Amino acid sequence: MDWGLCECFQQQFFFLNKNFSTGIFNGQAEQGNPAIQMPERSMPILFYISSAIAIAATIMVITRYHPIHALLYLVVSFLGVAMIFLSLGAPFVAVLEIILYAGAIIVLLIFVVMMLNLGADTAAQEKQWLQPKVWIGPSLLALVLLAALVILLVKGNAMVMNVSAVPLKNVSLSLYGEYIIAVELVGFLLMAGIVGAAHIGKHKKRYLHRFLQNGNGNINTKEMNAEKEEAFINK
Amino acid sequence: MSSFNSQSVLIVAAILFVLGLIGVLTRKNIIFILISIEIMLNAAGLAFVAAGSRWEQPDGQVMFLFILAMAASEISVALALVMQAHHQYKTLDVDKLRGLKDEFETI
Repeated sequence: MDWGLCECFQQQFFFLNKNFSTGIFNGQAEQGNPAIQMPERSMPILFYISSAIAIAATIMVITRYHPIHALLYLVVSFLGVAMIFLSLGAPFVAVLEIILYAGAIIVLLIFVVMMLNLGADTAAQEKQWLQPKVWIGPSLLALVLLAALVILLVKGNAMVMNVSAVPLKNVSLSLYGEYIIAVELVGFLLMAGIVGAAHIGKHKKRYLHRFLQNGNGNINTKEMNAEKEEAFINK
Repeated sequence: MSSFNSQSVLIVAAILFVLGLIGVLTRKNIIFILISIEIMLNAAGLAFVAAGSRWEQPDGQVMFLFILAMAASEISVALALVMQAHHQYKTLDVDKLRGLKDEFETI
């Protein structure tokens, strides 16, 4: 069984490597690229183990009190989902999941947790907030919905997954062929995200309207006070 | 155990999505809510990739790339908002951040 897993990894990475070396860099049109068949017996075991790890780590994420512990379990959950992607025959997406989710987004969250200094106080507060009477109602209702969804999925006709890797060249051709407008829109979205984050995250001075600046609703309170004082002095 | 059904992948995606939904519904700290939203987006991407792998089409992976970009920009803007809220109100409790007024109302 171990040998099967190793063989499968080797084939996956060999596949990725081969795709990079022949399909993209040489630019040869390799029509009718036969999808490399994974070893039949090892992929389900990889899938079941990694999905069990992902679900267990996600349960740990939503039950932890300390934010850093939750984030570390979230890393494990993302790695488990990346292994699921690998067992589904999508190695490129698996690598992207590790780099972008488990690398970039987790680092962002950890930096914010560090900057806001969320430590033991937050853990104690979470422990106080997360009483059973708080979480048991929404959890039960969500689990009922999950049960309905699982029943719907199970009652359909079972289709066997044929695990064959989608070639990376097809993904990139589709990305820059029929989805080119969506790629440009995603570029707009990332630009808006950068500008929005830079604008919102800026520490700016508290700006009030000039009607509200002195808290009275008077326009020129200072001048009015000065006029009153002058009147008093003159009197 | 020669192969696995396509339903099992979708069931795993549904379980992950519902776990993220439970996290969103039960937590009060805004950081944990963001983490749960990330879990839900990841589960949706898993369903896309599973469908793309089932039909041997690249569209599922393309959609996962879009979900990834959307999650990255969403988390950056949301964390900037969290920093700003913590800077002004010194709390991350969503029950106390519900006022859209200037004054901070204590409940």
